[in-house]
Amino acid sequence: MAHGGGGTLMHQLLERVIVAPIDNALLASRHDASVLQVGQSKLAFTTDSFVVSPLFFPGGDIGKLAVCGTVNDLAMAGAKPLYLSLALIIEEGLPIETLSRVMESIRATAADCGVQIVTGDTKVVERGKGDGLFINTAGIGLVEHDQVIAPSKVTSGDVIILSGDIGRHGIAIMAQRENLGLESTVVSDCALLHREVLALLAGGIEIHCLRDLTRGGLASALVEIAQSARMEIEINESSIAVSEPVRAACELLGFDPLHVANEGRFLAIVPGKAVDEAVKILKSLSPENSPQIIGTVCKSNDSQVVLVTPYGGKRVVNMLSGEQLPRIC
Amino acid sequence: MKYIDEYRDAEAALALAAEIKKITTRDWTIMEICGGQTHSIVKHGIDQLLPSRITLVHGPGCPVCVTPIEAIDTACELAARPNIILCSFGDMLRVPGSHTDLLKVKAGGGDVRIVYSPLDALETAKRNPEKEIIFFAVGFETTAPANAMAVYRAAKEHVTNYSQLVSQVTVPAAMAAILGDEENLVNGFLAAGHVCAVTGYDEYYPLAERYSVPIVVTGFEPTDLLHGILMCVRQLEEGRHEVENQYSRAVSRLGNQPAQEVMREVYEISDRNWRGIGVIPGSGLRLRDRYAAFDAERKFEIHSVPTADSADCISGTILRGQRKPTDCPAFGTRCTPESPLGATMVSSEGACAAYYRYRAKS
Repeated sequence: MAHGGGGTLMHQLLERVIVAPIDNALLASRHDASVLQVGQSKLAFTTDSFVVSPLFFPGGDIGKLAVCGTVNDLAMAGAKPLYLSLALIIEEGLPIETLSRVMESIRATAADCGVQIVTGDTKVVERGKGDGLFINTAGIGLVEHDQVIAPSKVTSGDVIILSGDIGRHGIAIMAQRENLGLESTVVSDCALLHREVLALLAGGIEIHCLRDLTRGGLASALVEIAQSARMEIEINESSIAVSEPVRAACELLGFDPLHVANEGRFLAIVPGKAVDEAVKILKSLSPENSPQIIGTVCKSNDSQVVLVTPYGGKRVVNMLSGEQLPRIC
Repeated sequence: MKYIDEYRDAEAALALAAEIKKITTRDWTIMEICGGQTHSIVKHGIDQLLPSRITLVHGPGCPVCVTPIEAIDTACELAARPNIILCSFGDMLRVPGSHTDLLKVKAGGGDVRIVYSPLDALETAKRNPEKEIIFFAVGFETTAPANAMAVYRAAKEHVTNYSQLVSQVTVPAAMAAILGDEENLVNGFLAAGHVCAVTGYDEYYPLAERYSVPIVVTGFEPTDLLHGILMCVRQLEEGRHEVENQYSRAVSRLGNQPAQEVMREVYEISDRNWRGIGVIPGSGLRLRDRYAAFDAERKFEIHSVPTADSADCISGTILRGQRKPTDCPAFGTRCTPESPLGATMVSSEGACAAYYRYRAKS
């Protein structure tokens, strides 16, 4: 299971076993989506699978997650999402009304972002060979600008903007799954991010890199970018927003919010000169999320992420080794 | 967050650090007992605020790190058997035994379940009467009362398919072992606040007296730790060796009496093997004979597995405060969280894991 946690082990599995035999120039960008030149058009193409348990959680469900996840991967390539595929792997015994609820959620979320689901597949597996419902989606989007948005563009002096508070999705799922009985209900941040990205592009913001925060949390996203860009990233702990219920749950379980999963937050890395305008645009779209400048790209050839504590101390931020496991005491 | 934010105040932390700097005139080595304190120190960069004459060393207070390898091996062996559900705190699953760990046993089909409380394991037993449920009862005095309560309830409710694989350890005996070691470097202790919340700190007076060492009961937040260090340095500079309580908001001298009572009812003091350190007399707890039916070691035929701790791992000297994780030639190269040689690299409270996770490369 640790190989699926979005941390170091998963990256090792990807690099050494999965990507190595099939690697090519487009995969080499290690981006959320590949940008393909098709005639005069540039298309972004991506795929993702969703295996969340429970299927329904505060703030979302597997259907909403599947549409948001794939639309967000397209958005992180700077693309306008257009079409999705939808493949369902259904475990024998899943109530039809449950499937109908998920399908309604898929319909509503797709309608919200104006994408059409244009192809799909359905398989049923025996009881015990699935976890209720697995979903795979693929997405195609249109890149309507000339910018190259990729870790390779990240350079010294760039500024890192985080679109909102972190850790909601991971704690919402865990609280629901493990019946933790937290005092406050933590609602997942599960959301579509294409509007923010398209607004930045429409506002003429030069964007060097975008990355949505998923399983490995903020830490994994930053480490991936630092390693791909071969740059040191310095972030300020005080600038990273974590809601009180999420902080309390992390304290209780011994989790670091930097490693907790998100499904509706992203990083925008932009040149210093563009940062004020970029923050202004993001704030105007979702003032409730309060985008923050959390750090800067410092220097090259030192592919690490360093966090400055509120006391002026520094520590390195690593990807999690495997899954976060609740501590003893 | 109330009772957290106040103790993470940067201005207060920096003022305490400045005061420590002001009063320090000699070299002092101070050990924080608890792995949670180690992680807090390294995570918040507390050690970077201290004068160079203060050296913090990391103690044996990580329950995962000190659980002997034969206990991990036994847990793995039991978990791999059919009809057994082995319940454990999450921390224990990654700890390497001689040949495997609980996560690998789970991946191989063993029924290993993470629980948040030993009472959850008891509930699992009630829901699965056809299975044998074993709870891997590890930890210090922090976990012992709840673990004891689970056995006590199981006995009261006549739950016959529940048992514990017990590897409980106690702090004061370990401190005595560290202080009695001829290579001891420790001048003063930050005692673990949450342990003392259960036990109180009466037991620490004879230790402070016998070994002429200041012991300051200390909490876990940045200002707690800096305040505890300040109190300890002040004693050292003044030539005092007393027991003081920095963590008075959570700890009283006599501790939590009902918790101690249930511990005494169910467990008795025993010798206990500490991973990397060896057997420390009177440093453990085991189930009393009247609760033998709930003792997995007595209930199940345990097949002994030849144990093999890595010869390259220096965690024993790290746990005694004689070496730092970065002194180990294998640190970060042959020993990483993905491929650990010892428990200190994988435990969420392990000193090596703290250094690996939080130390900047340059």
